Amino acid sequence: MKYIDEFRNSRLIRRLFGKIKAESADQPVNIMEVCGTHTQSFRRFALSGLLPQNLRLISGPGCPVCVSQESFIDSAIELSRRKDTIILTFGDMLRIPGTKSTLEKESGNSADIRVVYSCWDALKVARANTSKRAVFLAVGFETTAPTVALTILQAAKEKIGNISFLCALKLIPPAMLYLLKDRRLNLSGFLCPGHVSTIIGAKAYLPIVNNYHIPCCVAGFEPLDILEGLLILLRDINAKRARITNEYRRAVRTNGNLKAQHLISSVFRKEGAVWRGLGLIPQSGLVIRKEYSRFDAAKIFSFKLQTPNSKLPTKCRCAEVLKGLILPPECRLFGGECTPDNPIGTCMVSSEGACNVYYRYR
Amino acid sequence: MKITQVKGDFAQVKSGRLLRTVNIAMLAAVQPGDYVMVHAGFAIEKVDPIKAKATLKFLDHEIH
Repeated sequence: MKYIDEFRNSRLIRRLFGKIKAESADQPVNIMEVCGTHTQSFRRFALSGLLPQNLRLISGPGCPVCVSQESFIDSAIELSRRKDTIILTFGDMLRIPGTKSTLEKESGNSADIRVVYSCWDALKVARANTSKRAVFLAVGFETTAPTVALTILQAAKEKIGNISFLCALKLIPPAMLYLLKDRRLNLSGFLCPGHVSTIIGAKAYLPIVNNYHIPCCVAGFEPLDILEGLLILLRDINAKRARITNEYRRAVRTNGNLKAQHLISSVFRKEGAVWRGLGLIPQSGLVIRKEYSRFDAAKIFSFKLQTPNSKLPTKCRCAEVLKGLILPPECRLFGGECTPDNPIGTCMVSSEGACNVYYRYR
Repeated sequence: MKITQVKGDFAQVKSGRLLRTVNIAMLAAVQPGDYVMVHAGFAIEKVDPIKAKATLKFLDHEIH
């Protein structure tokens, strides 16, 4: 078993489509796929076009790059202009607009900005450049948080003094709860993120099921995973049953990865965080604990990251896309003024951004 | 990705022709031959072959 081909079995996929069609009633059903990778898989495997008309899949705010607040990018840009600083980042962050510039533009202006595959690579850069300060831009959700925690613990163990982390790590369940307060969404179910759930466990969605009586299904990213997740949700919706189902049992446990959760709580504490397009969501961000504040770039360089967003570019409807209120093609800029080569909003920048995905797989 | 070699907190993993070294400190115990989920250079969970087969079996049974 290689865990890929088996979950792309075309015979089973065709039959699952039939089951989904049979389960679909006439009334509209709105299901949110919270994770950017799910959005990508839906379009990449061309599943969306084959689903019943009444089943509406809505992309959620699960692209970490898309929800990075402008003040975070502005702070990173300010740091990049210091001669003694090396900025280390995931590639998608380069083109996210701050209020006036992007890291990509700054890179062209002689700033030392380097793309890394893993935050662990930031340690290597810090060790090799002791006369400079290395700053890693820690952006991501619960999946990325323990990797940053491990890196900070390693930096502490090795007493690396020239590395710090500008943190904008965010938590998914508080954002899901926040979205449910907006009645315009009229959600019937959540397709919950696979990798985030690997860390937090399927039971993390209990507050959603209990407080809002909406079914949640954790699903993997292969076509059979996604379609089975949808079928489970449709059956729950039709039976008016609110429960958590775990379709991704091969990778997600009910309680999640306890070691990873312990790493997160050892290094970070929860705090309110500003999400681009959504605003301030209580207890939805992770900040570095006092014990490790010597690695906290926001403390070292005195940045206030949680400032409210300024207005999004005129006519850009990323905020509504991130809230699931509209689909990308409903924005007038989509595919015309705003394309992956010339992105206006953040959702067109990242490969997991809803607009980018809809554009690439039109 | 499939683990080919384990050395302390790190493991060599393989997917097709791609070879990588990943951090495995987040996992309890892994050995060569195990499959792991990898995120940004870190193994975040071991893939459970029995549960994977059970999902496929359920699917096959479910839709017949």
